[in-house]
Formats: sequence, C-alpha cells, structure tokens
Amino acid sequence: MPAQTTDSDVPPPPAGRGEPRRASSPAGAARPVRDGVSLGLAVGVSGLAFGAAAVSSGLTAWQACALSLLAFTGASQFALAGVIASGGSLLAGSAGAILLGSRNTLYGLRLADVLRPRGPRRLFTAVGVIDETTAVTLAQPDPASSRTAFTATFWALYLTWNLATLGGALGAGRIGSPQAFGLDVVGPAAFLALIWPRLAAGGTERLVALAAVAIALATAPVLPVGVPVILAATAALAGALASPAAASSGDSQ
Amino acid sequence: MSPTWIAVLATAAGCYTLKLAGLTVPQRLLASPRVRRFAELVPVALLAALSAVQAATNGQAFALDPARLAGMGAAVAALLLRAPFLVVIVAAAGTAAVLRAAGVT
Repeated sequence: MPAQTTDSDVPPPPAGRGEPRRASSPAGAARPVRDGVSLGLAVGVSGLAFGAAAVSSGLTAWQACALSLLAFTGASQFALAGVIASGGSLLAGSAGAILLGSRNTLYGLRLADVLRPRGPRRLFTAVGVIDETTAVTLAQPDPASSRTAFTATFWALYLTWNLATLGGALGAGRIGSPQAFGLDVVGPAAFLALIWPRLAAGGTERLVALAAVAIALATAPVLPVGVPVILAATAALAGALASPAAASSGDSQ
Repeated sequence: MSPTWIAVLATAAGCYTLKLAGLTVPQRLLASPRVRRFAELVPVALLAALSAVQAATNGQAFALDPARLAGMGAAVAALLLRAPFLVVIVAAAGTAAVLRAAGVT
C-alpha cells in the first residue's frame, strides 16, 4: 500500500485528477452530503427486511414502525423481533435490545466532541447517534463537514429506514430481496471504507482494529448477537491505556 | 396497552436514553487524555468489528457467503486504489449482485 504521508485526518484525494483541489464551501459540502445520502439510502433499504421480519415475528405493522421511528437502531430492533419470534420473554427481549444499543453511547462520547450539540438540539441529535452517522461524520476532515455529514446521513437514513420499514411490514419485501442487489455488502464495505484513512494514518489504530476484529469473530459463535461487537470496545480500551496519552492531541500534559 | 406495546416502547426509550447519555457526558471528563484517546479509538474498534461480523457471519455462526466476500474483496481493492467512497460501495454491492445474478450463492 502506498504510504500516505502526514495528513492524518484527511482522506486521500481522488487519484488521477489533474484539476486543482476545490476545498472551499460549495465543493467542501458536496462530498459529505453525497457520501452520507448514498450510504443512508443504500442501508435504509434494509428497513424492508426489518419490517418483514417484525411482522412475521408477531409484531403489528404499527409496532414495527414505532420501533423504527423511536428506537432507530437496526441491531436492537432486529434483536427484539428475533426474541419475540422465538417466543422468548418480552422482558428479556427488551433488555437484550437495549444492551445492544449501548454501543451508541460510546459513539456519543466521540460525537459530542465533534458536533458540540447544545441545549434542546442535543435531544434531537441523540436520535441520530448510530453506526452509519458516526462512520460518515468521523471520516470528515473538519468540524463543519462533520456536522454536514451527520445531518445528511441522518435524514437520508431516517427517512429511508422508516419508509422501508412500513413497506416491509405491508409486504413489499416480496418484490425482491435487497441481497439480490448486493445491499447486504454496503454496510460492511462502507464501515471499512470510512475507517480506512484512520487505519492508514496510525499504527495504534491498525492494532486496535485488528484486535477488535479478532475479539468479535472469536466470540460471535458463543455470545448473543451484537454482544461481540460491544466486547470489541475492550480493544479500544487497551489501545488507550497502552498508547502514550499525548500522542493524538499533541500538547496535552 | 398490550405487553408487546410496552416492550416496544420500553426498548425505544432505553435505546434513546443510551444515545443521549453519550452526548451528555461532561466535557471535562473528555479532557482527560486517556478518556479522549479511548473515545477516539472506540469508533474504529466497533466499526471494524461490525464490518467483520457483518461480512463473515450471519450474526451468530460463521457464514462465508462467496458473493458477499467477493464484494468485500472488491471494496478492499478499490480502497487500495484510493477510489472515492461511492466507488468503493458501488464496487462492493455490484460485485455481489453480479455474482448472485450469475448463480453464485
């Protein structure tokens, strides 16, 4: 892999273009919007699968839609539907689904610093704190693009996910499977693409990512769905404890 | 209200509260360099783990779907060629879709 030199947070520029970089506001806002909207649309279509799964598990269409509107975090929603489908207790189903939502708390720690939402805005921003918005937001080079990316990804995904949930609950899933269009690969490919600049920039980041992958894959067969990914946060903890504290922020203490 | 509705609303409330909790953590806590470093590394760890789990399992057991793995291979190739984000996800989804249309399952 060609070594990318020093600009740690800036994703590599598109290769092979002769034109000078246009980094000022219009072109600067175009990329976060385009990336966020395209990811939001592509991942949001999976709401079809959730709507269909929810209804076949015994939830009503209204209940499926309420989960997408209010919980708005795919892993937790699928988990609750799964427990209900298997006849498990509702209490255990809710508890498991909420446990899965705890990774959004960890994303919030970082997003609070980047987005700096204040007052009542924070109550609304919280709705959008999930995997996809975090990934696109943190891949941006500066706070203004980060805020644009968060807003664009959130709205594209929120609207698509909710419309698709309704469609899936009403039976639209029979038209065709998202898998046929390769949409099941969009999530994993996008997450990899969005952390790629961080992996290229830092040795600690690479080690943390490798350890996280190893932890998650090793525990996936024996732990409940979703828990292995939360467990992978211990790799970040180890990385934070092991690396020199001032490495990232330069001058602190 | 039916027990199922209570479970749905409790799940929604719990998930929302967890999202809000992260955003509401006092900034002075993040002033500690180690906490800040942890917060910076956590998305890398979680998203890498999520990507691997979604690519190589069906959530629980290992499920090596050839079309999906080929799609991930295409994504890595595009990233190594420094392709823009959109090209990466189109290459990944397109590869999987073409292989499935050709009967690879």
